[in-house]
Amino acid sequence: MQVSVHIPTALRAFTGRQARVEVEGETVEAALTALTTTHSGLHKHLRDSEGRLRSFVNVYLGDEDIRFLPEGAQTPLAAGAELTIVPSIAGGRS
Amino acid sequence: MSSRIERPKTPSGRTLSVSDPELRRLHDHAVRGYPHEVVGLLAGDRSTDTVTRVVPLENETADDPARRFRVNGLKLMRAEQAVEADGLDVVGYYHSHPDHPANWSDTDREQALPDVAYVIAAVQGSPSPHVSDTQGWRLRDDRAVMLHQPVIPSE
Repeated sequence: MQVSVHIPTALRAFTGRQARVEVEGETVEAALTALTTTHSGLHKHLRDSEGRLRSFVNVYLGDEDIRFLPEGAQTPLAAGAELTIVPSIAGGRS
Repeated sequence: MSSRIERPKTPSGRTLSVSDPELRRLHDHAVRGYPHEVVGLLAGDRSTDTVTRVVPLENETADDPARRFRVNGLKLMRAEQAVEADGLDVVGYYHSHPDHPANWSDTDREQALPDVAYVIAAVQGSPSPHVSDTQGWRLRDDRAVMLHQPVIPSE
């Protein structure tokens, strides 16, 4: 299943400056794995050392945050589905 | 008072040029927001590390706003699309550290995005709120430290 992933400015250094990347994946999880397999520099910025999406990394399927979808990252994808990586910015003094 | 870790300023080899009026806007925002942290977007030209527009954003953190900031994804995306529609690049982000140095914290580093500048303005509350220091940083690619990218005011 070919789907599109929209890449935010800060992460385009790892996709050869492409704002949109086409990947194969049957689920959101599979598509994200395909993305970071092809563009391996993205992996450490999207996922923590245990492989979970970092807290400030949001992934939208269309207009829906995947964290709020019943099947989450296991949500199946239709051909031509659009995923968007939307980072939050966060921080603060220790 | 939390413990302060004095970190060496590891150079990034880059500076960040911020136009004078926009740097004043950033400082005004930081002072106005005291004792809370403020946050905003830095727009300009990525290829020359130049900031020509400062866009204040709302600190949406649900917990301690004197020590934390957050701007949620969709609001941030809309703000970025607005500056990109004007032909500017997203160069980075800024936030304030009320009564705390302008050095990066582990919280800042853990949540930092790569390949963008982070400007931190230290705001001292006494005798009246004022910006005492402004420093720029960027995440090293291995995420282990943030590198120093000094802020240079420009005409």
